[in-house]
Amino acid sequence: MDFKENEPIYLQIAGSVSENILTGKWPPGEKITSIRDLAIELEVNPNTVNRAYELLQNQEVIINKRGMGLFVAADGAAKIKTIRKERFMQQELPEFFRNILLLDIELNDLQSVYQLYKKENKTNKETGHENEQ
Amino acid sequence: MIEIRDLSFGYNKQHLLFNNLNLQLEQGHIYGLLGKNGAGKSTLLKNMAGLAYPKRGKCLLRGHSVSGRPVSILEEIYFLAEDIYVPSFTPSRFVANTAEFYPKFSKSDFYSYLKALDVDENAVMNKQSFGQQKKAMIAFGLATNTSLLIMDEPTNGLDIPSKVQFRKLIASVLTDERCIVISTHQVRDLDSLIDTLLVLHEKEILVNRAMDEVVEILSFGFYTDTEGLKPLYEEKDMRGTNAILENTTGRFSKVDLELLFNAIICGNKKIVELLKAS
Repeated sequence: MDFKENEPIYLQIAGSVSENILTGKWPPGEKITSIRDLAIELEVNPNTVNRAYELLQNQEVIINKRGMGLFVAADGAAKIKTIRKERFMQQELPEFFRNILLLDIELNDLQSVYQLYKKENKTNKETGHENEQ
Repeated sequence: MIEIRDLSFGYNKQHLLFNNLNLQLEQGHIYGLLGKNGAGKSTLLKNMAGLAYPKRGKCLLRGHSVSGRPVSILEEIYFLAEDIYVPSFTPSRFVANTAEFYPKFSKSDFYSYLKALDVDENAVMNKQSFGQQKKAMIAFGLATNTSLLIMDEPTNGLDIPSKVQFRKLIASVLTDERCIVISTHQVRDLDSLIDTLLVLHEKEILVNRAMDEVVEILSFGFYTDTEGLKPLYEEKDMRGTNAILENTTGRFSKVDLELLFNAIICGNKKIVELLKAS
């Protein structure tokens, strides 16, 4: 995993874990990679992975079963969606509106483009190979 | 875990390398010790390991003086020197002779580390290249499972795949009970492993800060134009300016360790003050 420079590594790790849960690669109830194993895989300090997992535990995306490890919460994907929707509404949508206003694009003009996009990506999403940006 | 109190040390009477140096290191962390050539990094590490004796002051491991060199302390410390000495043994024989000194030594860890680092356990150590020798000793050091692991420039001489393996191994051996101190000039080799930054400069530890805190205090960036930005430190080239600013917005930027190090050793008081204040 190559880390971006504009976001703390622990948030990037939490983002990747969330991505795996959303796409179904890590299904509900599945045991997730231990702190140590993920630190080894990513070549980062285990404390960094721990911080990412703590965040996801606070968000109730993953749960700690004492002595057994960390697991994807039954409603983990739903929790992530709620959090991401909130962030989208607050941060990305205003930015998007600002851009289309600046470029004189009407929301209606985008309708057909969006429908096409949805059609093309639907099958991918169902098989869990969605290519999120 | 390690407490250094008012340490003064010099190899001769006229010239002290440290003067009343104080430093406290906790378990569960990987410390990155940076300092210029000749600043005394290796000497400081040797004081921690009981290989050099303070002129004044103390170096304590879990409350016990290291310079007294009791066995109970020595068996809890492993020091990997920059220039290593290896005997004309195979790694297997070296372990048979030496592992006894470390009660928590794990032979199975040792052989798996050798394998990960691509070192032949049946090859005579001093007949190998410097890199292979170093890796054999890294494997040994990690396998001692001591609470204090000190490594002086461990990535020197390692090839690219070995550096990757080294990072993976370091990530795997850090536990809540273990303290790892690594001195390095190769900051890029280790920057996502080090969680606390130590800077040794002009006889004292100028900086001892968690990396997570450094990014809250300072921000790092490349600017084509720094007008109105009030950089604390900057390095210009034809494309623009690499700058360190006070982080007033709370926005994250990756720590540019090389830039920060240059700022500190060229005497940037403001940055040192910001990093010292709690």
